[in-house]
Amino acid sequence: MLNRLTDSLNFQAEALSLRSERQRLIASNIANADTPGYVARDFDFATALRQATGQGSVGDSSVHTPKLTMAASNGGHLNRNGQPVGGRDQPDMNYALASQTNLDSNTVDMDRERANFADNTVRYEATLRFINSQVRTLNTAITGQ
Amino acid sequence: MSMFKIFNVAGSAVSAQSQRLNVVASNLANADTVAGPDRAAYKARQVVFTTTPMGEVGTAGVTVSQVTEDNSPGRRVLDPKHPQADADGYVTYSNVNTVEEMVNMISASRSYQNNIEVMNTAKSLLMKTLQMGQGG
Repeated sequence: MLNRLTDSLNFQAEALSLRSERQRLIASNIANADTPGYVARDFDFATALRQATGQGSVGDSSVHTPKLTMAASNGGHLNRNGQPVGGRDQPDMNYALASQTNLDSNTVDMDRERANFADNTVRYEATLRFINSQVRTLNTAITGQ
Repeated sequence: MSMFKIFNVAGSAVSAQSQRLNVVASNLANADTVAGPDRAAYKARQVVFTTTPMGEVGTAGVTVSQVTEDNSPGRRVLDPKHPQADADGYVTYSNVNTVEEMVNMISASRSYQNNIEVMNTAKSLLMKTLQMGQGG
């Protein structure tokens, strides 16, 4: 019964955690805007959220593909991204192509990164508001007002 | 909380950019330096940025890996009356290119501002995250 109350919150929690990960990634890109040879990275949010919540492709909600995880019997085992096990799997990262030719082969496009950062900030706040309003709804239901 | 790493990332970038700004300042300050008695004028310096991974995948900060010296010859001006003139009457100034340094300075200060803004945004998001579920 209780998990029915919190199931929808779990989805938003996954979204929030992915948003914060993307925020960190874009911050890294902005920080390395002047580093020669740095390649900007990003991930597709929709795909990552689908992977994290174990849902099928969009428009086909009946397909429920469980997330495959490797067994880790030892604390020194690494997951498929080469990270120590324990944490959640990292989303698949993509590398950005340079939008303009650059002598130092840095592919950070400041305009794009700033836009992505602003976009991600707003969506993070939106997710926070969803969570807050759901909590408010649940509280109202529990207290019976 | 992976967002706390943003402060490390943007902080490293801010300190790297301020070091770059420092180097530009000392270059500009020495733009008109004349070679001393040892015939060695000030040489322009440049910082070299390197990406530093910070734990998780995709979290990359910046550090200044080295400071290089520009070894191109200094500007030589014919001025026999100058007290520092050599036997041929030439005075050797430092090899600082003032226009290049000004461009460098503007670029460094813009990057600095960008990273400060990233930190401010991350801070306000984290503050809102802390108030999650409190009815806001």
